[in-house]
Amino acid sequence: MPEKKNLICIGCPMSCPLELVIVEGEIQVVIGNDCKRGETYARQEYRAPCRMLSTTIACTAGLWPRLPVKTAAAIPKERITAVVQALHCLEITAPVLLGQVIQENVADTGIDVIATRNMPSLQGKNNR
Amino acid sequence: MKSPLRKKYDVVIVGGGPAGLAAALGARQAGAERILVVDREIEAGGILNQCIHSGFGLHYFKEELTGPEYAERFVRSALADSIEIITDSYVLDISTDLQLEVVSGRYGYLQFKARAVVLAMGCRERTRGAIRTPGFRPAGVMTAGLAQKMVNMKGLLPGRRVAILGSGDIGLIMARRLVLEGCEVVGVYELQPYSNGLTRNLVQCLDDFDIPLHLSTTVAFIHGRDRVERLTLAPVDMKCNPDLSRTRDVACDTLLLSIGLIPENELSTRLRLRMDPATGGPQVASNLETSLPGVFACGNVLHVHDLVDFVSEESLRAGRFAAEVARGLRRPGDNISLQAGENIASCVPQSLSPDREQVVYLRVKRPLKNCLLTIGDRYEKSFRVMIPSEMIRLTLAPEVLDRYFGDNLRIDIWPQERV
Repeated sequence: MPEKKNLICIGCPMSCPLELVIVEGEIQVVIGNDCKRGETYARQEYRAPCRMLSTTIACTAGLWPRLPVKTAAAIPKERITAVVQALHCLEITAPVLLGQVIQENVADTGIDVIATRNMPSLQGKNNR
Repeated sequence: MKSPLRKKYDVVIVGGGPAGLAAALGARQAGAERILVVDREIEAGGILNQCIHSGFGLHYFKEELTGPEYAERFVRSALADSIEIITDSYVLDISTDLQLEVVSGRYGYLQFKARAVVLAMGCRERTRGAIRTPGFRPAGVMTAGLAQKMVNMKGLLPGRRVAILGSGDIGLIMARRLVLEGCEVVGVYELQPYSNGLTRNLVQCLDDFDIPLHLSTTVAFIHGRDRVERLTLAPVDMKCNPDLSRTRDVACDTLLLSIGLIPENELSTRLRLRMDPATGGPQVASNLETSLPGVFACGNVLHVHDLVDFVSEESLRAGRFAAEVARGLRRPGDNISLQAGENIASCVPQSLSPDREQVVYLRVKRPLKNCLLTIGDRYEKSFRVMIPSEMIRLTLAPEVLDRYFGDNLRIDIWPQERV
């Protein structure tokens, strides 16, 4: 019995409504996409949805008390909460350089978390 | 402390966000020598510094960056180009002969004389007062961008149980951000029957986290004396009037507003620049010069953009033209006025010249499907989908305009189908 799943393509502003026809866990056909990207997205999203994650970690002695970080690559969607929780416990001391690895292999995803800005030390500046 | 700054500059840029930094780089490319960027924050980069999510730079750098990474590239280029940046400093006034009065946290009161000025002050968020939501005035009602700065830079949570009014992109992004930081987001409520954010944000910010989006709904009353306690929600009719017979209440301690952006044009109005009521920014010619010669505008102060990539591109051009004026080069003025016609909410610039390729940005008034965009009888382009939240960018080759002999050119959009 073919089963149906609906997705919205996030490949471009067209936002095609996609309908996936699935037989025994395999995508038979993707309907509704106006271009090839829709099908690629549907297959990736159905098999293993992945997302880039950006968040912040605590930072002491820096210009700001939070340091923005991101995963160096997309992580499986269902691991987002685990990664965020692992990062909640971290604290780093300024200065930090953009691209610096903050946590290797975060929550056993095989992916590193890196700083997304330079964080100079406070040096007597007002921390507003 | 004695200021190391000069008294005279070729180009002074008001605002050190993405627009101001790109304008400075553009001015340098076009041969301006002394360039100064004035910013009121403690560091350059503007709003990008608090936009820690990724999705920036896909057009401009052909890769996906977070806001701080995008800002960092421009700051680094500006420093490498010996552009002077003075932060923690506020431009109080600009005179019509381009004398700037600045108050600086470090150097006190300063004056600069500029040969050309670029306005790049960006925009600010509409607040509760703009939509006159009835109710009490408790703590916990704030704009989504303020909450973004609190969470992403200052390490403060605005509340625990959050409702969001308006489905603009900042609201959607904050919904996800707050869930990741451990808050509960009870829902996003949108007055219009369609979302005002990018669809990709609806998918990755709301659907991924099971946050409900309620269209055609508004906040009819804010309850709570000291702190927000609950909201009364009401469905709205076609004219956006709330139906108070069908209300329901939702408990929350925080209400974030993501209800639109307004170009920040206090300096522009003090200068009595001719404004465009449709964009909320100054009117500009195709070289991005305002009605006051030597004063240019770019980025969100000119018209609110949804992609920083377009801000950078536009501002580079503004900076280049400003440098030309600073160097005493004057191009012939535009000879074609551009007018927003059928279904067009706004277009920038407001006039065109056939002497070079032109870039036109516009927004539609409502979602449209399968439509034909026409510029007089000179240009036609078909679009499958046009929505108000996505700005349209057109490039017009000189050939499109050089045999046009009228004074007014109208842009229209003719839909084949209404959504």
